[in-house]
Amino acid sequence: MSALETFFDNVWIDALWRLLAVLGLMVLVVLALTWIERKFIGRIQMRLGPMRTGPFGIMQPIADMVKILLKEDLRPATADRLVFELAPFLAFVPVFLTLLALPFTAKWGVRVLDLGLLYFIAVSGLTVLGYVFAGWASDNKYGLIGALRTAAQLISYEVPLVLAVLALAMLAGSLNLLDIVEKQGRVPFIVWQPLGFFLFMAAAVSDLTRRPFDVAAAESEVAGGPWIEFSGIRWSILYALTEYTNMFALCVLGSLIFLGGWDWPLGLKWGWWWQLVLIFAKTMTLILVIMWVNGTFPRVRVDQLMSLCWKLLLPLAFAQIFLNGLIIVYGWPDWTFLLTSGLALAVAGYVVYSVIPVGAPSRIVVRSGA
Amino acid sequence: MATELDRELETLDINVNVGPQHPATHGVFRMVLTVSGEKVVDAVPHIGYMHRGAEKLSEGVDYRQGLIFQDRTEYLAQFNAEMCYCQAIERLGGIEVPERAEYIRVILAELNRITSHYMFAGAFATDLGVYGTAFTYAFREREYIQAIFEAVTGDRMMYGYFRPGGVVWDVTDDFKDRVRWVCKQTRVGIDDIDRLLTKNEVFLTRSLDIGCISKDDAIDYGLSGPMLRASGLQFDLRRDEPYSIYDRFEFEIPTGTRGDVYDRYLVRMEEMRQSARIVEQAIEQMPDGPIMPEKAPRRLRLPPGEIYMRTENPRGEYGIYLVSKGGEKPYRLKIRSACLSNLTALKQMVVGHYVADAVVILGSVDIVLGEVDR
Repeated sequence: MSALETFFDNVWIDALWRLLAVLGLMVLVVLALTWIERKFIGRIQMRLGPMRTGPFGIMQPIADMVKILLKEDLRPATADRLVFELAPFLAFVPVFLTLLALPFTAKWGVRVLDLGLLYFIAVSGLTVLGYVFAGWASDNKYGLIGALRTAAQLISYEVPLVLAVLALAMLAGSLNLLDIVEKQGRVPFIVWQPLGFFLFMAAAVSDLTRRPFDVAAAESEVAGGPWIEFSGIRWSILYALTEYTNMFALCVLGSLIFLGGWDWPLGLKWGWWWQLVLIFAKTMTLILVIMWVNGTFPRVRVDQLMSLCWKLLLPLAFAQIFLNGLIIVYGWPDWTFLLTSGLALAVAGYVVYSVIPVGAPSRIVVRSGA
Repeated sequence: MATELDRELETLDINVNVGPQHPATHGVFRMVLTVSGEKVVDAVPHIGYMHRGAEKLSEGVDYRQGLIFQDRTEYLAQFNAEMCYCQAIERLGGIEVPERAEYIRVILAELNRITSHYMFAGAFATDLGVYGTAFTYAFREREYIQAIFEAVTGDRMMYGYFRPGGVVWDVTDDFKDRVRWVCKQTRVGIDDIDRLLTKNEVFLTRSLDIGCISKDDAIDYGLSGPMLRASGLQFDLRRDEPYSIYDRFEFEIPTGTRGDVYDRYLVRMEEMRQSARIVEQAIEQMPDGPIMPEKAPRRLRLPPGEIYMRTENPRGEYGIYLVSKGGEKPYRLKIRSACLSNLTALKQMVVGHYVADAVVILGSVDIVLGEVDR
């Protein structure tokens, strides 16, 4: 064993360099996602997106960052100083902590926990505190309304998220992310759990407070909600950094537990670089889906948001758990997972379509004039 | 209507000040909402931030110069406002307008109605929370029409192109072809927005049965335009009190059934198609000839008298009340603003809904603050 390897074998040194690597990865991802979102939304809106900063505007995130760093850091005179200054970090730290439990290849993660899935869910639930702090401390009515909306929304949507993940853990028989990925070598879990995947994505979009569930920040209603009084670097930590890191973490989790992570397709024989490519490609797909929805959907109202969670997603999540339990207990073949979950999703879709009068638009009358 | 829980917890209503600088107020409009949780219990609109005294200023200048205040008042449907002003003067002064000028006016006014409704569609979708996508689509289409306006008048916003008696100069040579093309393109553009919004589930849940106003209430409040027609009353000045040459065209008047936000949106979308129809007919019928009367006087003097002229603008009935005591300047000029009347119903529409709905309802009124405050 060489001296270098002994050096890296030290637990503390090992933890430190892995932490730094994840930190670097996070910064890169945030920069990349800033650019990607601008370009992607731009294309959706028939625009080019940033074009002037470097080829294809690739330096735009740098320009954004310089702008944000140079901005004045304002704090309202009536704000609760300590809480106000604490809020961005309180929102960001839990999101960063979730990255620590995510394995990116079969061999590499900061720490692989036996209860990794549980840890992820538990820690990411703390983010809401930061938003509530921010909204409350800024002594602004929009901020307050936004903070209360965020609190209600994030806490409510945590429940279907946990239940969807729980249903999946039943299938995998483990909460260890490595085990879960290994179980998907042949078929990724999205095939067995389409309903679970739908619930996960819906809850994830809500967790990220993005359209159609962005009532918390709702530009046209509460003008930014909890973020309203923040500017400069604080705003950047509270909003951009937290949001994009959270998006990345949730999508990595989604691609690990639903899309087969690095294992599917082709297995492990291609080495770590292929695993990285796979996991980033899958993550990126999920991120682009979220951005796509973000670019095209209107926003639901706050009461509709709540009733969607408690009246539709929650029963569906319970149904998924129940169905999985049934199949596992009686030892039915695997394809019954797909059958039951797919059927449940179809029924849910039908319920939504029958509640909302999609056929209504023939309501205007055109009579001949003149 | 306090429930048991309310009494126990002593909830407090808070006042939320929306505007004058708020992304949802479409200009410098301000409404103070009293909210109980997320429900609006009271709404007090405040206007006047954009008051520039257009009426009084019109009294200080002669009839031709006064035209510019119409552009600045109704800055999303300038041609429609100019048309109303010119018609008032022509009727009072007994000025004959040449055929060709009438056609040019109608074509431009109807195209202007389309641009104005595009603006509505984009802004309304943004109020509903669409991330600017509907807005950019609407603005692409609007831009095609703007380009024609720019080619004809030389300006993109404050046209000042109509004159009492006709129009100031003739249209460009390729005008007919461009307008024909733009009518076709408008249908494509409306379909694009239609596909993005009209049957979107979230859009429907947000706009159905929000801000309903009954036919009787609509009449009592003096609503006009799409707001009135969405409530079910088929009233359109272009047909019921034809001015200019509107009696020569075939078009239909869309009306809603419930008078909610969704109906207003649909009525406006259909109106755009009908406007395109009018323009297509007009462009086929457009004759050659002079664009100003042969013997236009160098100085325009009106005989003493008074007149109320009203036209159907994109936002409703736009009226000019003109009093002349002879001479070159109006003695009094009063602008009847459609937006102001439509805005009076705001409180009734908003109270009882959620804060988010208040923004959508305000968007559905389609206010232009320049016209509200004048």
